[in-house]
Amino acid sequence: MATLAFLVLAALLVGSALAVVLHPNPVKSAMALVVTLFLLAVVFVLLEAHMIAALQIIVYAGAIMVLFLFVIMLLNLGDEEQRARPRRRVVVHGVAWAAGALLAVVLVRLVAGAPLGRPAPAPEGYGSAALVARSLFTDYVLPFELAGLLLLVAVIGPVVLAKRGR
Amino acid sequence: MIPISWYLTLSAVLFAIGVVGVVVRRNVIVILMAIELMLNGVNLTFVALARQLGSVDGQVVVFFVMAVAAAEAAVGLAIVIAFFRNRESVNADDLALLRW
Repeated sequence: MATLAFLVLAALLVGSALAVVLHPNPVKSAMALVVTLFLLAVVFVLLEAHMIAALQIIVYAGAIMVLFLFVIMLLNLGDEEQRARPRRRVVVHGVAWAAGALLAVVLVRLVAGAPLGRPAPAPEGYGSAALVARSLFTDYVLPFELAGLLLLVAVIGPVVLAKRGR
Repeated sequence: MIPISWYLTLSAVLFAIGVVGVVVRRNVIVILMAIELMLNGVNLTFVALARQLGSVDGQVVVFFVMAVAAAEAAVGLAIVIAFFRNRESVNADDLALLRW
């Protein structure tokens, strides 16, 4: 039963990811990406990463995707313009998809053959905010502060970049 | 219990789809979204291997990836807006200012 649920979830995930890449309209691409991110949050719950699943929905599917949709609608973008000649485009896309398929096959062969064995039993409260936060504020406190600095740059940078005139 | 290698396979496929999206699409915003797709594929690998090892270190790394992705999206979209203001376009073919 769990296997079937996972396979359905994986099929939906791959389908929505393909929709992101294939749909010519950027708004619909963005909506497909929202679906992908939500389904990934479900996968994270299957992996008992509850805090990360919540963050995935709040930060990714919420904040970041709103930013994308806001810019797409602000610029009033329609379907993607295709400038390359049709025949050349078919060749380029064919090569790109073949290379992508090759990459997928190589990566899958790498990970599918890994001698992982059965996963270790999850400790008490695994994936909870308390356990992740304890690790974040002790072992990873320096990267945490640097991430804060990075986000400060990400607040000031866009204001400077998107300001009209200077 | 679903084997961890299935999750890793799924994340590899998502990453490859993201790579193809970056190469195939011409709209800069959609290219940024394909990059988000690649980051999410990698996040899935981190979470799956964290579960395999029974440690939360992988989940902490995902937290940092999300922070970097948010910063990347904000700065990237600001560049897109500044570019659109100059050229009235978001097509990657017009982004040839630094091309040699």
